[in-house]
Amino acid sequence: MQDSQRKISPSLSPALHSAAQEAPSDRLPKESTPVIELRRVTKRFLTPGGQTYTALRDLSLTVAPGEFCALIGPTGCGKSTTLSLIAGLDTPSAGSVLVMGEEVHGTDPRIGYVFQTDAVFPWKNVLSNVAAGPLFRGVPKREALERARAWIARVGLAGFEDRYPHQLSGGMRKRVALAQTFINEPQILLMDEPFSALDVQTRTLMENELLQLWSALSASVVFVTHDLEEAIALADRVCVLTAGPATVKGIYTIDLPRPRNVAEIRFDPRFVQLYHDIWEDLRDEVMISYERAKQSS
Amino acid sequence: MNGLSNLLEQGQSDGAANPTQETDSAILAALTRRRRRRRWLINALRLLLLVLLIGGWELGTRLGLIDPFFWGRPSGIWQQLVTWVVHGTAQGPLWVQIAVTLEEALLGFLIGVVLGISFGVLLGRNTFLAELLGPYIKAANSIPRVTLAPLFAIGLGLGSQSKIALAVVLVFFIVFFNAFQGVREVDRNLLANARILGANRWQLFREVILPSALTWIIASLHTSFSFALVGAVVGEFVGSIEGIGLMIQNAGATFNANGVFAAMLILAAVALLSEIVITALERRLLRWRPTALSEVTL
Repeated sequence: MQDSQRKISPSLSPALHSAAQEAPSDRLPKESTPVIELRRVTKRFLTPGGQTYTALRDLSLTVAPGEFCALIGPTGCGKSTTLSLIAGLDTPSAGSVLVMGEEVHGTDPRIGYVFQTDAVFPWKNVLSNVAAGPLFRGVPKREALERARAWIARVGLAGFEDRYPHQLSGGMRKRVALAQTFINEPQILLMDEPFSALDVQTRTLMENELLQLWSALSASVVFVTHDLEEAIALADRVCVLTAGPATVKGIYTIDLPRPRNVAEIRFDPRFVQLYHDIWEDLRDEVMISYERAKQSS
Repeated sequence: MNGLSNLLEQGQSDGAANPTQETDSAILAALTRRRRRRRWLINALRLLLLVLLIGGWELGTRLGLIDPFFWGRPSGIWQQLVTWVVHGTAQGPLWVQIAVTLEEALLGFLIGVVLGISFGVLLGRNTFLAELLGPYIKAANSIPRVTLAPLFAIGLGLGSQSKIALAVVLVFFIVFFNAFQGVREVDRNLLANARILGANRWQLFREVILPSALTWIIASLHTSFSFALVGAVVGEFVGSIEGIGLMIQNAGATFNANGVFAAMLILAAVALLSEIVITALERRLLRWRPTALSEVTL
């Protein structure tokens, strides 16, 4: 997998080069009914050793319609747990999780989820992978395939419909995953470190592409990452979580104008300032988590 | 195996000339030439090995080092095969014996595979059932199952049913454990992804669990067909009126070592053919898998 990630030809992704059609810059958090609301959520797990482990403690968080919210925190602090609670893959031990004002019960067709590791089906080719969502949901086959072809073209994979995932590079597999999720037109998009396995160049391309797809979809996004640069470059709001058990330590509004070009925004003085401020907050948590890892090893 | 091939390759490249200017086509031509030469060498050595083995055996019996009465003799085995093909066996034409054994093995194999997959998937998906039945399955698996042959002969008679039953029992456990493990090993991310994309329980099974477990199940088919053959032949040893197992039994009872070897050769040919069929099936069903990195397969 490692070697194949490096070759992603720019000709595959014409959409990446201009970030012109992105969301208008007035999409900052508004005081309207939240799309996602976590109220004092606690999640405990039973470890294989028979002890309880608290991943989240009293975590409260709201996400506004159309908002791009980044959750950042040290590795293993419970960011992924938060996402699986919102997605209905897991239930909280205490507190409540509300999506569109209703308590979460199981998976919700309005939610899309992009996983950290490859979650495309290795036995399906690109076309069947992208068409899987609509087919699961009972869309007629002809229509599902038609929509899948359109989305494959949109993520720059036209001509690769018949390939199996193992024949694609890591970046291309990520595009399949994005198309697979976006074809269901989710109103809420959960992303769990989706680009962490990609090399830096491919990653920047994919980040720009994500912003573009998002702007056309007007979905709310919860984007989990441990990379502060990525969080600031993409999000309207960055929530810093504490080292596990996770709770919200600080919330920062990212007032950088949109449309953004992820590759260049890092040089913006305002970006540097924000990075500096948030890092002050994040650093302590990273150190705590680092010390713990050292002790346990 | 790889070390050996490297050695072979090195030995060959030593003799090659060192051109000052290499073009793409020259490199390609040299590579193809080297590959062809290597394949030729391997085939020649394989043939030599076979000739040495069989020739040594034949020579050993001629020189009195090996007693052909007990250990047979290649020319005698060949004679026996010719006799069977031309004049038929003591129980009737040769092809009928092959057909009988093959039919028993195939039926046993199919029933065993279907049962094994069904129970494997059921227990793989149902942790409660798996925990409940786990110890009994392990106990049943630890019994040497060929010992059931006399029981089946008593219960089901000397016809093909008793052989099919033995083959089923042998095949079932292999396929069952692989199907069970395959279902257990399904990537949790893939399951979560399918659920989020909107799959219901049946879709989850058909589109994610089954294809994922198929890698394991198909791997088990290779061994299970040979076990089905073992079941049929052992069943025939214990009591039967026709089949290759009976031929071996008869040959043994009449001190005909050549007959035992000849029947063994026939069985090996049947097993090899079935292996080819299963490999073709595997290629078709597991098209999506990356091709193996190593070109040497055993």
